Amino acid sequence: MRHLHERLLEIADDELVLGWRNSEWTGIAPFLEEDVAFSSIAQNEIGHARALYQLVARELGTTADELALDRQPGEYRCAPLVELRLVDDWAKTIARHWLYEAADWIRLAALRRGGDEDLAGLAAKIDREEAYHRMHADMWFARLRDEARFQEAVDELWPSALGVVDPELRAELAALVGRPEVPAVERDAHTDALRELWDEMTMVRRSEPAGAQW
Amino acid sequence: MVTSERVWEALAEVPDPEIPVISLVDLGVIRDVDVDGRRVRVSFTPTFLGCPALEVMRDAMSERLHALGAEPEIEVVLDDSWSTDRITPEGREKLRAAGFAPPSPRAAGATTLVQLQTGAFRCPYCGSTETRLENIFGPTPCRSLRYCTGCRQPFEQFKTI
Repeated sequence: MRHLHERLLEIADDELVLGWRNSEWTGIAPFLEEDVAFSSIAQNEIGHARALYQLVARELGTTADELALDRQPGEYRCAPLVELRLVDDWAKTIARHWLYEAADWIRLAALRRGGDEDLAGLAAKIDREEAYHRMHADMWFARLRDEARFQEAVDELWPSALGVVDPELRAELAALVGRPEVPAVERDAHTDALRELWDEMTMVRRSEPAGAQW
Repeated sequence: MVTSERVWEALAEVPDPEIPVISLVDLGVIRDVDVDGRRVRVSFTPTFLGCPALEVMRDAMSERLHALGAEPEIEVVLDDSWSTDRITPEGREKLRAAGFAPPSPRAAGATTLVQLQTGAFRCPYCGSTETRLENIFGPTPCRSLRYCTGCRQPFEQFKTI
């Protein structure tokens, strides 16, 4: 059984990296409403990452910034699903969004009933915001569900989506999205995409270790 | 002398950085004030976790309380105690007057897409409830975009959370 802070780091890393990926649509989404939506979702996810890093940092005697930006790529615990760079594939972006939001919902519900009061409170707060992400994802699912490109994207990403949640929650996720449980792509190996993202994400921090000023 | 009343009065003068018509007290983000001599401890609950205004709010409170002669300590509480139901009636009226539709009261469960698409959301300009959802998301994490078919005016709707 791994420590609670290890589980929280996984979630925080997922939210940070996916927030980064979502923000890559800023300015180039297929239409303006989605530009606004993905930018806003990115901002929320990174906010959730920050709050979770703060909780972990308190326990480990470090800071949220150090956790978010001072680790080596191999030390991040994010799932392969969130690492993939999906611009400019809208079908796959929506497939990931829909699958991730379902996985995140199940994971947050587990934290809320997990018995740690601070964490249950934060998870409940995060979930209030995530409810809007789920509505957005569901709206797109309703629109694209019969499109072959979208179905293929969901098929391809499904094993990685299962890897976002702990094994004991996978049956629940499979039931929620109406798909069979298959062997999951676990978070023990990173994709090459993470290294590239890390280079960009930590560039300012590495060049100005004392803190950049604008 | 620094008293709890003076601290609350001072905080009521600190505007929300993004919607300055409303104060942090109107917004309901000050959960508790504890005064011990000059030391003032303020418990503050973020609205939306991704809100970039949180640091600005914290610094503005700190500055205002310093001006009062207090030594403030702002504690950020990361629990679930803030919801849009904490916005005061005065705060809701100020939002509406500034063209932001105030959040609808939080129902027992979370808001659903069907509610957003079909519920009666009132236009802050003309009062019509003939409005439709344009975008769940808006210019900041706390707002959605709606369109009033009565006065043909797009407007920002504070999200219910």
